[in-house]
Amino acid sequence: MSFINYSSREINCKIVYYGPGLCGKTTNLQYVYAKTNPDAKGKMISLATETERTLFFDFLPLSLGEIRGFKTRFHLYTVPGQVFYDASRKLILKGVDGVVFVADSQIERMEANLESVENLRVNLGEQGYDLDKIPYVVQYNKRDLPNVATVDELRRLINPRSVPEYQAVAPTGVGVFDTLKAVAKLVLTELKKGA
Amino acid sequence: MNSGLVMYEEEFRLIAGICDRLTRDANAKVVFLVDKNGQLISSSGQAQNLDTTSLASLTAGNVAAMGGLAKLIGEKEFPNQFHEGERESLHMSIVGGRVVLVVIFDAKSSLGLVRLRVKKAGEELAKVFDGLAKKQAAPGAASPFAEITDDDIDNLFSE
Repeated sequence: MSFINYSSREINCKIVYYGPGLCGKTTNLQYVYAKTNPDAKGKMISLATETERTLFFDFLPLSLGEIRGFKTRFHLYTVPGQVFYDASRKLILKGVDGVVFVADSQIERMEANLESVENLRVNLGEQGYDLDKIPYVVQYNKRDLPNVATVDELRRLINPRSVPEYQAVAPTGVGVFDTLKAVAKLVLTELKKGA
Repeated sequence: MNSGLVMYEEEFRLIAGICDRLTRDANAKVVFLVDKNGQLISSSGQAQNLDTTSLASLTAGNVAAMGGLAKLIGEKEFPNQFHEGERESLHMSIVGGRVVLVVIFDAKSSLGLVRLRVKKAGEELAKVFDGLAKKQAAPGAASPFAEITDDDIDNLFSE
C-alpha cells in the first residue's frame, strides 16, 4: 500500500522479492545496495540467521528521483524463502505494491519454484491481493549455472501469464536492475491508474 | 483502486503537533509515528542521529510479528509493547488500528509517565487518522498521480 505524503512531497511504495530458499532474493538486494549512489539509498537491514539465511526479512530503502515534484521512494523487502517460515512471509506481504518472483533456474529447483509461486498466490490472497492483478515481474536467476532449464520451460511453468520476465545472474548484477526498474514502473503505472 | 495512505499538509501539522507535545510531556528522547506497513509518518525530538527509515521498517516488522503471535494465542493484537534496554527503552502502541506510535526514552522519564501520555496522545491521533480516512474516501479526493503521464514515469528510468 503506497503512502503519499503531501507535506514532505513523497511517494513511498513497497516491493517484495519472493521465491524459494536460496534462489537469490537477498543477493538481488545486495547488488542493488552495492551499486546505488549513497545519496539514493538508506541502510540495508538483514534479519538473518548465523548462517546468513534470511530469518525474517531484508530491507533496503531506495530513492528513484522525482515525479512532478514528488520524491519517489521504494522500500525493497525480501521474504525468508525456506518453507517453514510461512508465517513470516505472510507478514511481509502486508501492504505490498509490487512483487518480484525470483526463480532458481536450476532444473532440480523447479518443484521448489512451483511450490513458492503457489505459496505466493495463496499468501497474497489472504491479504486480499490477486497475483493476476498486482504489479508483478518474474526473474529467472542463476542463468550462469550449468544445469539450468530453458527459458521457454521456465516460462511455461512459472510465468504462464507472460508478465515481464528477466534472465539474471544476481551476484554479478546481470538482470538485477532491469527487474527492479520493471516492477517499479508497473507500480507507478498502477498508482496512476488508481488515481 | 489505490487504498494507500495519503497525508495532507493540514493533518500532518496536527500530527506533528501532537508528537511534539508528547515528546515534551513524556520527557521522551524521540517520538515517531509509523504506518503499520513500515512507512515513517512523523518524528519528533532528537531524531537527527537516528536512522528513522530503518526504525520504521523494523517497528512495523516487530508489530506484525507480535500481531501474528497474538492471533496464535487467541488475542486480536498486542496494542502496547514495552522493550527495556540498559539506558534507552522503547514503547510502542497501536493507534486507530493503523499506525504505531513509538516513544524512545531514558532514565529522565519512566514507563508510567510514558504510558499515561501515550494514552492521551493516542486518542488525539486516532481522531486525526479517522478524519484523514474520511477525507481520502471522499469523492473527488485529489491524487498527485492524476496528472502524471506515462512519459513522467518513463523519464524516471531514462538514464
